[in-house]
Amino acid sequence: MSTEAPSRGQPDGLRGARAAGALAGTGRLFRFALLQDRLRIPLWALALGGLVGYFGAVLPLAYPDQAALQTRAAILKDPSGALLSGPGYGLENYTLGAMLANEVLGMLAVAAALMSIFLVVRHTRAEEESGRAELVRAGVVGRYAPLTAALGALLVANAAVAVILAAAMLGNGLAAADSLALAAGVAAVGLVFGAGAAVTSQLSQSARGATGLAGGALGLAYLLRGIGDAQRVGGSALSWLSPIGWSQQTRAFVDLRWWPLLPSVVLAALLCLAAYLLASRRDLGAGLLAAHPGPSRGSRALASPAGLVLRLERGSILSWCLGLFAFALLTGSMGQTIVESFEARPELAVVIGGSTGGDPLRAALSAFLRYFAMAVAVHAVVTVNRLRREEDSGRTALLLAAGAGRARLLLHCLAVTLAADAVLLLAAGFGLGAGAASAVGPDSGNLALDVTAASLAYLPLVSCFAALAALAYGLRTGSWWVWLILIASLLIGLYGPVLRLPEALLQAEPFGLVPAVPSVPLNGTPLLLMGLTALVLLAAAVPAFRRRDLSA
Amino acid sequence: MSPVIDVHKLSKNFGAVRALDELDLRLQAGEVHGFLGPNGAGKSTTIRVLLGAAKADSGTVRLFGEDPWTEAVRLHRRLAYVPGDVNLWPKITGGEAVDLLVSLRGGADGRRRSELLERFDLDPSRKARTYSKGNRQKVALVAALASDVELLVLDEPTSGLDPLMERVFQDCVREAKAAGRTVLLSSHLLAEVETLCDRVTIIRQGRTVQSGALSELRHLARAAVSVVCGKDPSGVALLPGVHDVRRDGGRLLFSVEDGALPAVLEHLLPLDIRSFTSTPPTLEELFVHQYSPDAQGARP
Repeated sequence: MSTEAPSRGQPDGLRGARAAGALAGTGRLFRFALLQDRLRIPLWALALGGLVGYFGAVLPLAYPDQAALQTRAAILKDPSGALLSGPGYGLENYTLGAMLANEVLGMLAVAAALMSIFLVVRHTRAEEESGRAELVRAGVVGRYAPLTAALGALLVANAAVAVILAAAMLGNGLAAADSLALAAGVAAVGLVFGAGAAVTSQLSQSARGATGLAGGALGLAYLLRGIGDAQRVGGSALSWLSPIGWSQQTRAFVDLRWWPLLPSVVLAALLCLAAYLLASRRDLGAGLLAAHPGPSRGSRALASPAGLVLRLERGSILSWCLGLFAFALLTGSMGQTIVESFEARPELAVVIGGSTGGDPLRAALSAFLRYFAMAVAVHAVVTVNRLRREEDSGRTALLLAAGAGRARLLLHCLAVTLAADAVLLLAAGFGLGAGAASAVGPDSGNLALDVTAASLAYLPLVSCFAALAALAYGLRTGSWWVWLILIASLLIGLYGPVLRLPEALLQAEPFGLVPAVPSVPLNGTPLLLMGLTALVLLAAAVPAFRRRDLSA
Repeated sequence: MSPVIDVHKLSKNFGAVRALDELDLRLQAGEVHGFLGPNGAGKSTTIRVLLGAAKADSGTVRLFGEDPWTEAVRLHRRLAYVPGDVNLWPKITGGEAVDLLVSLRGGADGRRRSELLERFDLDPSRKARTYSKGNRQKVALVAALASDVELLVLDEPTSGLDPLMERVFQDCVREAKAAGRTVLLSSHLLAEVETLCDRVTIIRQGRTVQSGALSELRHLARAAVSVVCGKDPSGVALLPGVHDVRRDGGRLLFSVEDGALPAVLEHLLPLDIRSFTSTPPTLEELFVHQYSPDAQGARP
């Protein structure tokens, strides 16, 4: 009896059955994905909805009259304002809705994109990397079923975000159609980058690699629309190269048009198609980007916990370094334009850079440096939190059993984190300074050097956040409260002055406690206190880690 | 009847590395087949190809007479798989994981599921993150054994089990065989393979070096003979097929190639034999023999 026969000359009906077979098990896997994400998806949606609801409630208080709104609108006419927010339309008669669409939509879109990237990678490449996909695919599960289930969950998550966002805006009494467009715009960006993550999950062999590639694309998209919007009020051709730009171009609350969302839908569909094509061509668990073999012997540099952490983190540190530097260079090069706009409208300097009375360019650079220090603090917390995964996977126990010592392990990790963060701060400071100096020309003096050196003033504060994350790890509480403190600090630091929050709160915001160097002279006392705080936190973290059981 | 698994000259490369090099493997319906080889020999890669998770570079692979890469979904209704390294979803309980895996295969007999949970002494209400390696393996075993399938593909399924559970596992495999199921068992536990398997395939560096019934394979290695005679038996050393002759007190020990035994007996008979034992080679000896340097290039 021939065993070849069934695969040849099949009638069309059977071929159709085979195509359906590639999706077998999708429904079951889709429900399983939602079961696993039953908390994550609502939390993301509620967090984003809450943010919009909060802005909707607070902005009218911060900008009580049209004059105040027009001051805000003036910032968006300025390239630096546009760079960090949106294209700027409806500025002649600025309203709350226009403010949300111009300035908050971009931020929400980035958040939705991150949610989507994490979700898709979690359900595709991470499953393959862990070997669970092999177990699942040994069941009656088609080649495309896991990917389709993940994309289904992506759709649900973004729909949830859109619904909650729209509800929050309607709750604030904003126009229905425009609210829907803004919400749909956020979800559209989420879908595009979720679909993009489906592609990068086919390319990279590791979940971290897939997330990194998709995150890089997101950074690029934000940068493109930033530069594009800075080039011309209302956006330029570059803005139209970015999915975030497309959503902002719906001009919600001013001159609503739906068609700019169409490219997002088409791009998301094309990316999904690409992911399916790539998935059909490869072995389970394999990536299309080759994994290179590494050295067969451990070098001396690896022979300590610090060496190991450095080795594990070097790729991540390098990408952060390049990303921060590029972004800082770009921001810095806008410095000259900012100064000119300040000369035309001195009241702007107060809003954007704080009133320091000194050189307005330096004031603006100091403010920007603070934003970059916030990003570095995020890096510090992320890196220290990696210890959790190391412990859960049993690798920490392996190191400890090899005689590493708990205190040494924790301190080495912290030392590498802070050394890396010092480099990141310097890279951001140098980028800002060099960018500004190149725009100003030969009479910039030693501006580049000053801003670079000033960046290190934030190292004690970054150390505090790293030590705080270490304490949370030592106690093995959740890391949520560290994030809560950090994100609250960021939000108050970024939006506090605009929202006219109580002075006491603004004074207590950690990033505001660091002297705004190089605009104001360096005052060592707060830095010294922060350094001491970090030491105290660390002194609590080490014994806490020593006292508790390992998780695995 | 056509074989359940029929792999012929299967090759698979990972970049410059040749993982499988014209490997052959054949399982008849109803047999329990041992799949042996040192680490990195290509056992798991072969199984991944059989499951349609990896595509063959060349050669033919047939599972129930069909191509596992194109017909994976249909074929998977008829098989269950247990990997050696089971990774589960940390926040999902063992019972939920069993149900997920079982439902992906099209459902199973609920009584059988609870009976297996009991036999393997597995608490299904605990989250997978709290399970040891052995407990995670039990989840995959219960899910696989609870399904009514024709073929069990087991890739080192007992590497994390304790001896008691190992015994339960062996009982389950015997029951599966009695029910007419076919079992492919990749294992390092040679005693396990020896007690369970009818036939074995031994691979090395991606090639099949031995395949056949255990009793046949034994013929390929030498039997160990121990003899005590009234007269001096040392002349046996001159016979063809006799090796490693040495004395242990009054006892003469040597090893004999399979075909040489009649001549040896003929030689010994007139020498007043007091005692004679001939021990067939154990699987372990077969295995070690296959991988000893002088067995390089040996092919069936």
